[in-house]
Amino acid sequence: MSLQRLWTRGAIYLVLIAFSAFYLMPFYVMIITGLKPYVDVNVTRMWELPKGFYLGSFLEAWYKVAPNFANSMLITIPAALISSFIGSINGYIFAKWRFRGADTIFMLFLVGMFLPYQGILIPLVQTLQALKLYGTIMGLILVHCIFGIPITALLFRSYFAGVPNELLDAAKMDGCGFFGIYRWILLPISMPAFAVVLLWQFTSIWNDYLIGLVVLSSPRLAPINVAVQNIAGSYTTEWNVQMAAALIAALPTIFVYLALGKLFMRGLLAGSLKG
Amino acid sequence: MMNNGKLNRRDFLRYGTMAAGAVALAACAPVAPGAAPAAGGAAAPAAASGANQLEIFSWWTSGGEVEALNALYDIFKKKYPDVEIENSALTGGAGQGGNMKALLETRMQGGQPPDSFQVHLGHELIDSHVKADRMEDLETFYKDEGLTDVFPKDLVDIASMNGKPWSVPVNIHRSNVLWYRTDKLEAVGAEPPKTWDELFAVADKLKAKEIPALAIAESEPGFCGHEFENLLVAILGPDDYRGLFTGKTKWDDAKVTEALTTLNKVLDYANPDYLSTTWGDITDRFMADSAPAMMIMGDWTHGVLKSKNFTNYKWAPAPGTEGIFIVLSDSFGLPKGAPHRDNALNFLRICASKDGQDAFNPIKGSIAARTDADKSKYDEYQLSAMADFKANTLVPSIQHGAAAKQSFVLDYDLAINLLATKRDVAAAQAKLVAAAADAEFEAA
Amino acid sequence: MATSNPVSVPGERTRFAAGSTTRKKKTLFRGDMLIAMVVLTPSIIAVALFIYTFIGWTFYISTVKWNSVIIDYTFVGLKNWQRLLNDDRFYTDLRNLVYYGVGFMTQCIVFGFLIAALLDQKIKGETFFRTLVIFPFAVSGIVTGVAWRWLLQPTTGINLLFAKIGLANFHPVWISDPNYGMWAVTIPAAWQFTGYVMALYLAGLRGIPQEVREAAAIDGAGTYTIYRYVIIPLLMPVTFTAIVLTGMNSIRVFDLVSAMSGSGPALATDTLAFFMFQTTFGAYRYSLGAAIGAFMMILSAFLVVPYLRSMKQEVEQ
Repeated sequence: MSLQRLWTRGAIYLVLIAFSAFYLMPFYVMIITGLKPYVDVNVTRMWELPKGFYLGSFLEAWYKVAPNFANSMLITIPAALISSFIGSINGYIFAKWRFRGADTIFMLFLVGMFLPYQGILIPLVQTLQALKLYGTIMGLILVHCIFGIPITALLFRSYFAGVPNELLDAAKMDGCGFFGIYRWILLPISMPAFAVVLLWQFTSIWNDYLIGLVVLSSPRLAPINVAVQNIAGSYTTEWNVQMAAALIAALPTIFVYLALGKLFMRGLLAGSLKG
Repeated sequence: MMNNGKLNRRDFLRYGTMAAGAVALAACAPVAPGAAPAAGGAAAPAAASGANQLEIFSWWTSGGEVEALNALYDIFKKKYPDVEIENSALTGGAGQGGNMKALLETRMQGGQPPDSFQVHLGHELIDSHVKADRMEDLETFYKDEGLTDVFPKDLVDIASMNGKPWSVPVNIHRSNVLWYRTDKLEAVGAEPPKTWDELFAVADKLKAKEIPALAIAESEPGFCGHEFENLLVAILGPDDYRGLFTGKTKWDDAKVTEALTTLNKVLDYANPDYLSTTWGDITDRFMADSAPAMMIMGDWTHGVLKSKNFTNYKWAPAPGTEGIFIVLSDSFGLPKGAPHRDNALNFLRICASKDGQDAFNPIKGSIAARTDADKSKYDEYQLSAMADFKANTLVPSIQHGAAAKQSFVLDYDLAINLLATKRDVAAAQAKLVAAAADAEFEAA
Repeated sequence: MATSNPVSVPGERTRFAAGSTTRKKKTLFRGDMLIAMVVLTPSIIAVALFIYTFIGWTFYISTVKWNSVIIDYTFVGLKNWQRLLNDDRFYTDLRNLVYYGVGFMTQCIVFGFLIAALLDQKIKGETFFRTLVIFPFAVSGIVTGVAWRWLLQPTTGINLLFAKIGLANFHPVWISDPNYGMWAVTIPAAWQFTGYVMALYLAGLRGIPQEVREAAAIDGAGTYTIYRYVIIPLLMPVTFTAIVLTGMNSIRVFDLVSAMSGSGPALATDTLAFFMFQTTFGAYRYSLGAAIGAFMMILSAFLVVPYLRSMKQEVEQ
């Protein structure tokens, strides 16, 4: 290895380490602040490690957000599962049953991915009120499922498009119909796609703030991010508790990401660009 | 966890219980809210209907406030042990209780009101919900409970539209209080200023010692709106001030200009980082060694300072407002179609009662809206406020929803924020005039 | 994902290219085709109602008089739009959008590309670095805002770090600056989103055949030249995707500013989304709020239309 190459390699690692430090910094601050009692939370010593292992802030934060944490689970898990399932069927149709106009409908679906929600918020509230679903967890699940239709259809369509039509034709010969092909051919091989879509839907629904804020009016039923903002917006809440609550709110997505992130990246990299 | 003695035994037990409760909550939550809408179908704010409950909406989530509200709940529970109370408290968003007000509005609009809700007495309630015909009037309730005799007439007027009261005030806060650090004023040998001219004289002395005169926190619109209502009252006097909301006094009046100019001058004597200080941090700033000498803020400040065991301060009426009491009040009303109307009425009865008010207010740091409160339960500041409340002229607060509707308050805050940031008096006044035009102030 | 809204996922543009749906066999039964249509119908209805009807309804509300708590469908034409166009706040928000868009996009694309290019150099611990950089993408805007609000406090946070390394005089007020506060908001925003853009670029780089680089190297091109004249042009589609995604993100910033500073001093950190929320649900000016929402739709269309057009070709292959 030449000296110059050594220098270059060194510089590359140095830059990467610097970036890593930057990306970790807020997590570091959240963790150390959350582990400090209020008396030690001080503007001049904010970067210092806590003196001991103090869990009081986390317990207090957990006490405050636990019901909302449960709500978010109740909302996110069914909504992610249902919308992924709908997406797989829709993607299957868009990929393999391209009736006249299917492509146009697909394009029209995709527009939904780019919506700024502000453009539909008022009718949304009015409609949910009329359906008597306003302020209910069911209502929020419904909304997330519907707004998940475009992205899930897109992801599954891309995946199923890669399945050779010959496979489907063979299944046809064996007497499989619309549902048979889905059930016996595509569903068994679509687990990687399900993982990607579920991960995507789980994180985006869990991290939602606006829709939860507007649709779920009762603080008792509100999802976790609304609760965290509620704590942060309350004038007298200590920083240590705010940071602890924020970290609690981030844990499930971080966990899912660490568990499935590789898969996510693999899906991403596998679909490498051809230019 | 215990090795460094950070957590004493009491705390440990407390957190232990909290954690256990939290786990239990997390464990049963899936059954409760999930099952209700599924089973009930139309049962909107899940589980609210049907059972014997009472849902109270408020933006009280901070220490002190929560305990005060719980004191009311405790009385309620003792009297009506079968009723399950659902406390819906939400804060956050722009302005005090911003998100709570937004969500309350969508619920009211959708015909899913809570049983009762916290609302600032006055126009915040009247323009948001009474005019939309969503509230029951409380005329008979006031009569039956004899409330017209125990609430001052000025206060009942603020609560009323078309001659009928629409909510029950549970407390009284005063907006126009000057809090001052005794050590800082002593350092320059000054007395608390009684007029704005005196204030500027003191401020100059303080400036010579590099002490900011007034604490300001304008990182977001709001705080200076509070300062400005104090200036308006001081400069216009009570009658012209009230006239601002009936169209009698114009917002382009020279006196309004004077008030704006004065606020603009005040900013030169404020803590220099007032644009990066948040309202929530201001009491911490006031307690710090390097604190500004004075602060004009509502009397909830007293409760907060007391809870932090800070004693190095005293109070006086804000400059130019002696004999006047800028009032704001938290109240509870009765929405039409309240799912548990009887429970709501019982709750209002407790809010209005002497016991209720004397339980709530000493904790909240406010005073009772009733004039017959039990004086032994209140502290030195509160007693002085009670005396003033009885003797002074009452005028409604703008910033805290008593004088004008919510949309006006937002516009007003933005206009004042413009002054605080761009220091342009004429531009700010133009905004105020436009806001007043939009609010359609006219004689009631 | 980081923000509350679904956006496109990387790879979709190319996956279409890889698709093999060109030859549609007539052997599939007509009846099954009918089933497919029937199965798709509920989704079509849901999208038609919750997306298209709602958009139309929002535009409609923006033409009526519903600017108080009392619902009022009296037609007023373009009055709400006029009011919006006469409002200083609207222009401040547009200025903020430009600041945010430029700051956020630049950071995401420049750093995203840089990190991807570095990671593409056969780095030991690539997974580790990659995971770290994408990590913030897993947390919500609210969480990001809460953490960064403190980091950007002038009296502590990052400024304290600066002071520790001897830069005590460098003392920006970040989000509290009444003129340029919005630039500071782009730091946490980019912190959250750069990893995603990096992943897009990394996928793109991995897709460039080794022969292309080798051929360029044989021609005597240096590293810089290869990147400047070969790789970056080849990655234009990725850059295009990144611009669309970050652009969409810029239009609807809400969570982050809600958690950090609200509208800030002199509306320095105000956004159209925040303005819309406050107008609608804070001041109960529904029709004006609808006009803002509709305006945001129109803005988005400028990004969506070219993006969809580029996708359309691939879809129809």
